[in-house]
Amino acid sequence: MVPTAYYLILAAILFSIGIVSFLIRRNIITIFISIELMLNAVNLTFVAFAHMWHQVSGQIFVFFVMVVAAAEAAVGLAIIISIFRTRQTLNVDEIDLMNS
Amino acid sequence: MNPMPASYLWLIPLLPFAGFLINGTLGRKLPRALVSTVALLATALPAGLVAWLWATMRADGAPDAIHIVGRPFGYDWIAISGFHVDFAFAVDHLTLIMLGVVTGVGFLIHIYSVGYMAHEEGYWRFFAYLNLFMFFMSVLVLAESFLLLFVGWEGVGLASYLLIGFYFRKTSAANAGKKAFIVNRIGDFGFLLAMLLLIAHFGSLSFAQVFASIGQHPEWQGARFLTTIALLLVLGAAGKSAQIPLYVWLPDAMEGPTPVSALIHAATMVTAGIYMIARCHTLFDRSPIALTVVACIGAATAIFAASIGMVQHDIKRVLAYSTVSQLGYMFLACGVGAYAAGIFHLLTHAFFKGLLFLAAGSVIHALSGEQDMRKMGGLRTRIPLTFWCMSAGVFAIAGIPPLAGFFSKDEILYQTFNSPNPLGKLLWFVGLVTAGMTSFYMFRLWFKTFFGQPRFEEHGLEDDGAAVHARSSTTLTIEAEQEAHHGVHESPWIMLFPLVVLAILSVIGGWVGVPAAFGGHNEIAHFLDPVFANGNAAEAGATTGHGLGIGLAAISVLTALAGFYVAYLFYFKKPGTAAELADHNHAAYAVLRNKYWVDEFYSHYLVIPLQMFTRGILELIFERGIVNGSARFAGLATRTFAWFTRKQISGNIRSYAGWLAIGAAAVIAVMIFGRSLWGGL
Repeated sequence: MVPTAYYLILAAILFSIGIVSFLIRRNIITIFISIELMLNAVNLTFVAFAHMWHQVSGQIFVFFVMVVAAAEAAVGLAIIISIFRTRQTLNVDEIDLMNS
Repeated sequence: MNPMPASYLWLIPLLPFAGFLINGTLGRKLPRALVSTVALLATALPAGLVAWLWATMRADGAPDAIHIVGRPFGYDWIAISGFHVDFAFAVDHLTLIMLGVVTGVGFLIHIYSVGYMAHEEGYWRFFAYLNLFMFFMSVLVLAESFLLLFVGWEGVGLASYLLIGFYFRKTSAANAGKKAFIVNRIGDFGFLLAMLLLIAHFGSLSFAQVFASIGQHPEWQGARFLTTIALLLVLGAAGKSAQIPLYVWLPDAMEGPTPVSALIHAATMVTAGIYMIARCHTLFDRSPIALTVVACIGAATAIFAASIGMVQHDIKRVLAYSTVSQLGYMFLACGVGAYAAGIFHLLTHAFFKGLLFLAAGSVIHALSGEQDMRKMGGLRTRIPLTFWCMSAGVFAIAGIPPLAGFFSKDEILYQTFNSPNPLGKLLWFVGLVTAGMTSFYMFRLWFKTFFGQPRFEEHGLEDDGAAVHARSSTTLTIEAEQEAHHGVHESPWIMLFPLVVLAILSVIGGWVGVPAAFGGHNEIAHFLDPVFANGNAAEAGATTGHGLGIGLAAISVLTALAGFYVAYLFYFKKPGTAAELADHNHAAYAVLRNKYWVDEFYSHYLVIPLQMFTRGILELIFERGIVNGSARFAGLATRTFAWFTRKQISGNIRSYAGWLAIGAAAVIAVMIFGRSLWGGL
């Protein structure tokens, strides 16, 4: 049986990759994917702990997170499409209307 | 014995308070008739209660005092580690007289005000304040402790301030209100210190406990701490009762509407100081020094104010100085230990001075706001009823027998003459001279107002309306009426009725105190016996010589007649004599005319240095330096911080993301390490 720690380490690696790419990438789609990556890293820890403690509530949380992520993806992609239509770019550094 | 249920006693102050609340909150929207109904009911019912109380207390076997303790919301009023003050009312014979004056005269003046203020803006406000005054005044006289008395004391000061400044759009009125309040503050300071000393020495502020404790210690005769307390109380009384050196506010207080002058600044509030001294007579009896000070202040104020009153031209100011002078008499009476005589004079003074002010108000009303006696004259036939009422008041205050003022004033002079005080004879002489002056200035007012040629312009009243209105407060009111009446007119009945009642009281009011020398029984002194029981040295004097009493009375009547004769000569027989005399004695006239420059003296040596102190030190260092400085520093700090954070809002999504990550990391770090770092906060 694979020890829980392995899952956690994998999740940590995935999460870190998510954060780093979230911070350094300029393409909005990539940023979006890194958010999904982070969410799934968290999902992985949930499942791992649920398995370890024999608790089903962790898995239920995962379903919630997936549902929320799906909703977020729908709204986020819609926003991205409308941004691309108005500005013809997906580079976040050029989307800085709030800069005073 | 039929003791009055205590619950009714509370109604005496509470009804006017309810009136104040109703008129003060809803009055603006209510019709005038309803406002006056509320205000009159709120004073009439307590007056009725007081009458019932009189009947109860005079019944055979009635107790000397009724004492009730209130527990608001079921708690002690004030209870701090061993020291406690009850919310207690007490009624004894002295309180009864004061209550009679306050509610009776107060009710009459409320009636008068309905007519006088009829066309006034802020009608509801006036009656709300008036009711508020009645509330605090009855608390003041009913109080059974120094502290509760002080509550009423401050409250009447507040009501007085509000009413003096009733025409607050006029700068002089607003300033007069402030002056009254601030000068009273000085007196209150003395009162407050006296209370603190009482707590320190007696551990109580209840009248009964303090006086009982003094009674148990004969060795305290003339003790220094008693003298200190008494002198501080005198300072308080001098502020409220307008005595030297704090009398300056009362003449200015005439800026208020005339009914206010009658009620607050003649009949009731200004006598609070005398009431307080009489109430504390046990304390004062133990301190000959304090008593002498009271007597000297009283006599000095009496003659001082009377001399100023002789040359004033404003009819209300003459009466104001006269009030100061008469209050001086009451102080004198208290100072020689003749408290009953002082209270007697307080009673008669409330009648005749209330009457004089109301009659003066009626004259002013008739002349559409004119207050200057130089512009009056010949009004005797034009407003006959006012004339007759005013005459009753004038003769009463001048001390012509058998009117009220004669008996009370004579009683004071007699007691002063007989007092064991070494200064007694001198004080008596001062009082006598003052009596002559009183008679002179009152008849001067009488002749100048009602006799001789009219010096006002009949139609000028309407033409110069604007000018008169600008100068005088009362006029704002009378505009509407002016169109209906045209020129000089007698006041409506609602104003004349209180005048007539007070005139009758001014005539017969003195008969309750006819001394033995005239075959009377001096009922008022006996009535007050239970209160001043130990202090009636007067009783012994009264039996020694009826001849002396009659002789002294004869002298004072002669003095009064001399005053009358001089006034008659100056202002009726040969008008202009006074002006000639003033020309000849230019310096003396100037001194009197300028009121001894006391106001100027206070202004130069007290007010201006104080202002310099506040502007130079308090404002520059404290106000601008510390108060403003700290506020400004806080503002600056916030702005700097805001400037710094504003810089972070770049619009760059990745920097936001970075901050978010740092924040999340910080939260996690605190959650993990915080507990061990701060030891489990």
